[in-house]
Amino acid sequence: MTAPHTHPSRITPQHVWDALSLVPDPEIPVVSITDMGMVREVEVQEGQVSVTFTPTFSGCPALHVIRQSIVDAVRDLGVQDVTVHSTLTPPWTTDWIQEDARERLRQYGIAPPAPAGDQLITLDPEPTRCPRCHSLNVRMTASFGPTLCKRLYVCDACKEPFEGFKSV
Amino acid sequence: MTSPSAPSRPALTADTLTDTQKRALITRLQALADDEIILAHRDSEWTGHAPILEEDIALANIAQDEIGHALMYLTLREQLDGQQADQLTFFRGPREYTNVQLVELPKGDWAFTMLRQYLYDAFEALYLDALRASTYAPLAEVANKAVREEKFHLQHTALWVERLGLGTEESRRRLQDALNTQWAYTSQLFQPTDGEAELIAAGITPDPAAVHARWDGLVRAHLDRSGLQVPAGDGHPFTRAQHSEALLYLLTEMQSTAREHADAQVW
Repeated sequence: MTAPHTHPSRITPQHVWDALSLVPDPEIPVVSITDMGMVREVEVQEGQVSVTFTPTFSGCPALHVIRQSIVDAVRDLGVQDVTVHSTLTPPWTTDWIQEDARERLRQYGIAPPAPAGDQLITLDPEPTRCPRCHSLNVRMTASFGPTLCKRLYVCDACKEPFEGFKSV
Repeated sequence: MTSPSAPSRPALTADTLTDTQKRALITRLQALADDEIILAHRDSEWTGHAPILEEDIALANIAQDEIGHALMYLTLREQLDGQQADQLTFFRGPREYTNVQLVELPKGDWAFTMLRQYLYDAFEALYLDALRASTYAPLAEVANKAVREEKFHLQHTALWVERLGLGTEESRRRLQDALNTQWAYTSQLFQPTDGEAELIAAGITPDPAAVHARWDGLVRAHLDRSGLQVPAGDGHPFTRAQHSEALLYLLTEMQSTAREHADAQVW
């Protein structure tokens, strides 16, 4: 979609970033893998493209799909030689989710994550706002949700159930 | 002039480990992975059977995370000796598995499952927290990743312990029964693995005794707040080479598809 007719030798990292910014997160289609901060590095050398990405959750079943989507998006630019690396360092954090993507999550009905902070081992969950009425008067109804990255809540102000992004 | 700061240990890589460190690290990585794999399988036995839908989903999430952790440990092992995760997981028998017996015990009732997961999550969270300081950089990376996921498990299962312990007379009785059975198995989590003294000395893995002390403080206080009594007595003296009959049946089921279709590329 970006520049399908650009010759492979003229592909720049920006072309690749632009193409990857259109790859949706397979489980939350309103945000892309670049919005999520999963793409860490793009290198282009003599028509060869190498993309480094980091998984959100280590057991995420969508990782294979994401890897393939990255390859497909770069091939659509006319580049055949694509390699995808994964890295664990630095570990992915929800703090990397872009500001505008947080707003899209909220409009989609998912409470965006609170700042992750440094306190990793605590028995208390972080404060969460209702994505519809913004109240903090919410109850967690399940600490795990339909995907590894979310949990379930009910808002006691507007009575709506909603999903909230875990703060990692 | 050289910097006056305290000498820090150089970060180790797969190439700078000695052969004995490598052997000991492979043993420890496999032990960590085996605990995760077997516990995840026990948890997965609740899929479709948990008391309520939300808990069915929660336990499946937890099992999925634990398998993700096992895969990270086994990827580190592969970098050391080339052994592959699927091969190790599906084609080793009960004599070769090195998990602790706590995780292989049959799933029991909901109280039994939640208590075991809680005792294990507290161990894993604290072990990973210490492992973040590993001088073996790839291991510190894995610990930093996994510890972020583990905190959600611990929050969840700690709440279940409280809920069942302070709930009805029957829920408390069931949880206390589970504790009476499981407590003696917990000390096995903190036994050093073969050759581990060398890893501890080099700062590659934490001293399990130090993790045990932190775990004991955290877990006893929480169990006490939840109205439970920690049984007295020594832990079972099992080694990681000793298993109950339950592991045989578990592996038979877990490995059946892979063994039936050993040359399958995808299944």
